[in-house]
Amino acid sequence: MAKKIATRQAYGDALAEFGIDKNIVVLDADLSKSTKTDNFKQVYPERFVNMGIAEANMMSVAAGIATTGKTVFASTFAIFAAGRACEQVRNSICYPKLNVKIGATHAGISVGEDGASHQMIEDIANMKTIPNMSVISPADAVETRAAVKAAIDYNGPVYLRLGRLGVPVIFDKDTYVFEWGKGVMISDGTDVTLIATGLMVHLAMEAATILKEDGISARVINIHTIKPIDKDIIIKACKDTGAIVTAEEHNVVNGLGSSVTDVTSQHYPIPVKMVGVEDKFGKSGKPELLLEEYGLTAINIADKAKQAIAMKK
Amino acid sequence: MDKKTLLKLQITATKVRKNIVEQVFSASSGHPGGSLSSADVFTALYFNEMNIDPTNPKKSDRDRFVLSKGHCAPGLYATLAERGYFPVSDLKGFRNINSYLQGHPSMKDVPGVDMSTGSLGQGISAAVGMAISGKIYNEDYRVYSLLGDGELEEGQVWEAMMSAAHYKLDNLMAFVDNNGLQIDGKISDIMNPDDIESKFKAFNWNVIVLEDGNDMAAIVATFEQAKACKGKPTMVILHTIKGKGVSYMEDDYGWHGKAPNQEERDLAIKELDEKLVELKGEQHG
Repeated sequence: MAKKIATRQAYGDALAEFGIDKNIVVLDADLSKSTKTDNFKQVYPERFVNMGIAEANMMSVAAGIATTGKTVFASTFAIFAAGRACEQVRNSICYPKLNVKIGATHAGISVGEDGASHQMIEDIANMKTIPNMSVISPADAVETRAAVKAAIDYNGPVYLRLGRLGVPVIFDKDTYVFEWGKGVMISDGTDVTLIATGLMVHLAMEAATILKEDGISARVINIHTIKPIDKDIIIKACKDTGAIVTAEEHNVVNGLGSSVTDVTSQHYPIPVKMVGVEDKFGKSGKPELLLEEYGLTAINIADKAKQAIAMKK
Repeated sequence: MDKKTLLKLQITATKVRKNIVEQVFSASSGHPGGSLSSADVFTALYFNEMNIDPTNPKKSDRDRFVLSKGHCAPGLYATLAERGYFPVSDLKGFRNINSYLQGHPSMKDVPGVDMSTGSLGQGISAAVGMAISGKIYNEDYRVYSLLGDGELEEGQVWEAMMSAAHYKLDNLMAFVDNNGLQIDGKISDIMNPDDIESKFKAFNWNVIVLEDGNDMAAIVATFEQAKACKGKPTMVILHTIKGKGVSYMEDDYGWHGKAPNQEERDLAIKELDEKLVELKGEQHG
């Protein structure tokens, strides 16, 4: 079993690493120990600002700092970043296209015991629909580090979707290259393509192994940049495999799945099945048990793959 | 302040008022009431106080201004145009599809606008951000912001108040255009934010109250008082008259977001022109 690291942990470590850039300011809303921005604070306390439990103010403050030419990271839980402060993100940050990176941790139901009030399953939807916003959802610690660097190098608003739960490290730190807006083909296949994001990527890889045992060849694609979406890799998957399954730890309404079907329906219509939270709230429980109960499993991805293949004309 | 400087500022404020009326008239929409009540503080800031350069609107050490009550864009645009950021003749394009003068201030479109605003409560937070940045990086610039009194009903304003005092942002100075009216009526009837002086004090701000918030000399005097106060942000409560300078608009909430017709426009311009003649007479007399 691969080593497990939460993407929030990798985020905090990356901020501390890349924080040597004096232009970076990090804000948090009283959750720095959980979001791991505390790692940055330990090294650069003079450029860390705790805004207290006031997320709306924090987002507009982040925008104000960004107007002075700084690169600002603003962190809190996804539920508050993309939920409570959604309109501040829209009007203060995205409308003027300011250089603010929102490090939103505790996304999805894998938050676990805290339950539905803290399990954000609508953040991809809320964020990707705002003009000027880019949405990044890394699959593991290596990709998270690279995404933080890419976000620093990019001038404009970025939403980084990060998790609380430890997830297997998939990529090799020494060779991994993050390409903005580009999907990553993890393994090739001919019968179906499994397109996943975040912690569902390693489950899609497992699903491909399950399918292989049944004689089905599945391509696995990791989408770290949900917006702007990589049209080319999706259209190629349509042409090469004729069926797609999407997998995300997010509401199936307006998440990765709909970003993929936005492309397929307009460029190359083929059967697409979606794995995600079926438009219902989460609940308290151990993260692993919740993922199973909500169908966010390798088995479910494999089953949906067979359904998608059966729908081919 | 000497009489000559005062008259010059008053004349400018009157020109700003004329341009507010002209913008709202040519757009057939916009917010004249709160723009007119703030014309004096806009003028004091841009013509007497702020370290700015209209030929270099983004110069990094400039003082910043955030119009938190973004709907009073006609007041800000009139002032910026008068100050030389863009031609006064462009104002007639306000809110027009072919103009860069957006209905609410847009920093990407309008030279001299330091922050995009319009959604109430967010501008003052952005001003806090600018002031925090100034503190972190030891910059000397000062940050100014103007709020509406109705805007104080937004909870975010008080989050911003708390954070500005917590970080001892004495490089931040804000004004409340306390004209007592909001869209639906008197603020005291709709959702009373009073006693705002006590509230700002309780939030650890240095508070200055001007009984006549349209008194140019009194406004100008607050800048030095604010700078003298160390370790706290300063809030100036301006008791103003909504629609100030256009008698039929004064103290009437109906003019919050309504444009004058041709006849009303002519009446307003006539009154403001008479005021200009009077002030210029004093200047030469």
